[in-house]
Amino acid sequence: MGDHVHLCHGGHEFDGRAIAPLDRDELRRAAEAIAAAGLRTAAISSVFSPINDELEREAGEIVRETVPDIAISRSAEIGRLGLLERENATIINASLAELAVHITTAFRAALEQMGIDAPVYLSQNDGTLMTAEYVERYPVATFASGPTNSMRGAALLSGESDCAVVDIGGTTADVGMLVGGFPREAKATVEIGGVRTNFRMPDVLPLGIGGGSIVAWQDVPEVGPQSVGYELTSRARVFGGDVLTATDLAVAAGWAQIGDPRAVSELDPGRVDAALQRITARIAEAVDRMKVAAGDVPVVMVGGGSILVGDDVPGASRVVRPDHFAVANAIGAAIAQVGGEIDQMFSIGPNLSREQALERAREQAAERARAAGATPDSIRIVDVEELALAYVPGNAVRIKVKAVGDLDMRRTPVA
Amino acid sequence: MREIGEHQLEDIALGAGVLGTGGGGDPYIGKLLAQQSVRRYGPVTVVDLDEVPDDALVISSAMMGAPTVMVEKLPRGDEVVRAFERLQHHLGREATHTMSIEIGGLNSVVPFCLATRLGLPVVDADLMGRAFPELQMCIPTIYGIDCAPMAIADDKGNSSVIEAADNRWAERLARSHTIDMGCAALIALYPMAGARLRECTIAGSLTAAEELGRLIRETREGHGDPIAAILERCRGHRLFGGKVTDVDRRTERGFARAHVRIDGLDDDAGRALDLETQNEHLVASVDGQVLASVPDLIVVLDSETGQAITTEELRYGFRVTVAAMPCDARWRTDRGLEIVGPRPFGYDFDYVPIEQLAEALAG
Repeated sequence: MGDHVHLCHGGHEFDGRAIAPLDRDELRRAAEAIAAAGLRTAAISSVFSPINDELEREAGEIVRETVPDIAISRSAEIGRLGLLERENATIINASLAELAVHITTAFRAALEQMGIDAPVYLSQNDGTLMTAEYVERYPVATFASGPTNSMRGAALLSGESDCAVVDIGGTTADVGMLVGGFPREAKATVEIGGVRTNFRMPDVLPLGIGGGSIVAWQDVPEVGPQSVGYELTSRARVFGGDVLTATDLAVAAGWAQIGDPRAVSELDPGRVDAALQRITARIAEAVDRMKVAAGDVPVVMVGGGSILVGDDVPGASRVVRPDHFAVANAIGAAIAQVGGEIDQMFSIGPNLSREQALERAREQAAERARAAGATPDSIRIVDVEELALAYVPGNAVRIKVKAVGDLDMRRTPVA
Repeated sequence: MREIGEHQLEDIALGAGVLGTGGGGDPYIGKLLAQQSVRRYGPVTVVDLDEVPDDALVISSAMMGAPTVMVEKLPRGDEVVRAFERLQHHLGREATHTMSIEIGGLNSVVPFCLATRLGLPVVDADLMGRAFPELQMCIPTIYGIDCAPMAIADDKGNSSVIEAADNRWAERLARSHTIDMGCAALIALYPMAGARLRECTIAGSLTAAEELGRLIRETREGHGDPIAAILERCRGHRLFGGKVTDVDRRTERGFARAHVRIDGLDDDAGRALDLETQNEHLVASVDGQVLASVPDLIVVLDSETGQAITTEELRYGFRVTVAAMPCDARWRTDRGLEIVGPRPFGYDFDYVPIEQLAEALAG
């Protein structure tokens, strides 16, 4: 990556006023420099574009006039308020543009070879689907879609829509929260490789506990974070190996029938019990950390490693272990829903009441869900968030709304 | 006299995060701007208070506005220079030094953006010893020293000089300007002669913030206990350890106020701490009994990492340790408490220093 930065006039204030008009000539000169440098992808970011993205759109058009084949990432579509983090997210998106095209082309070719003639969708990290064309423009929307799929699958399998989901694999356990059937989003900035970004990511708390976690067999046994990972079926004791893993403990306690139970029959039952209780306590603490309010919540356990946790989890109103819990991830990807969201600041005053602002935000989010391919009558608002701004007497509020609907299979979505 | 470069700014910002007592704006952006400035123009000379000549003209520089806006509309870097030059022009004199008004949060590092560009030394001091929400909440106000004439500038090329009847008026007028300018502006204020500086500033606070930051960094690197290290360094008292169970936010008179409830864990199990905040943390109490209040510094730290948690970040489930540290002695005078005691913030009780409260509790 080179250092090709062009700072141009434009941008908006927090209340939507323009900071400076766009200088089209200045942008054209920047576009010519981009063309001269042979760049194939560009990130465009403007101050307060989540409130008003007109200037980013215009700038994008001007750049495209000069460099027709360029892939353009506009920050308003990638990140949220927080210029630096949004800009970083947009740059990451722009950098992945070519790779995304390469991958979707390969997917399409693979499906063709298999003789499958069907629309292609990819799962994105908010639990909704996107078209292949969409992922080519917004590759960052795939980040962390794995844990999201598991959570969505857990919702469908268990019938729970507001609960904690614990997805335990071979190396780690991911704890997330479902709100209205969708994963709750991370509020704060997310660091990707040491770079602060603020694109949408599911709020997931990872723990170093999994089926392959190595057990330190001391007076008070400690489990993880080291793991045998995918080598579980050769290195764990019940599979004839010589490493004591969390799975061996579950077998010794009689919680699971895997491999050869005789290999762990010598283990001290008191110590096995203590170790398993410790795992449950750590999972319970993670669930508690993820809650937004006091009170017990249902906890849905999915993933192959969920055999490590007992049914008595403090803070859980009930522990649900749905059928097919080991394949929740694949099921989550197969639920066809699409969404739209909005994150904007509104200046509440005589011309705009709080209720009107909320209504406007709801309408815009629903419109975005429609544009993404949702059947209009299936669209519902799944999340509304309001944040008052400090130091602003004019009562500015930041409103975030997310709408979701069923994918209309008869209609080609507008990406 | 010494030089401050990129590395030291890292530590200053880390320490300033703690001294921000939940507010003061995220020093992260200020740090990046200052570091970029240092890379471009070279390191900054920092001088001790006693190195400042009596006839020096010291003008403080700061950012004013909503932290939520500042994360979106970053300063270009020259606004603060324009505000500063505007005030110099108005005074008909060139400043010899600049300094910070607020060592807590973002404003700890803003003067470096100016100092690099103008080649001015920064005085190792500030006017609050922590973070406060308003311009009159500075030690010079106690001594009848005026905040104005002050100058304010924005990113669009606007600037203005403010003459005010008193420091409260300076705050009010500058606040209106700030909102018109898009809720983020740069200011040059509290012009003072070197001779006055010694009685009405907090000496060595830049170095103190840097040392605090370094201590936190090194304690973390050595897998030590950063909270214990912070308390020892700042003569702090651990008030409470627990889990955030409720955060009730509301906007009143343009300020983000919140009531936070923390349920005790371990030694504090069975009790709950109530925390009142207005941008910064103001009062900590258990069952109506005040454990600490402004102007002492109430800090909320992540129980595991010792990271200072801002008011905006606080939410249910956070495991936190609440601690209080003594403020500058001048804030504890009658005049000081009239400006930043519990009463000007709307509380109907008298201030008791944290040391006495802690002793009463222990006894």
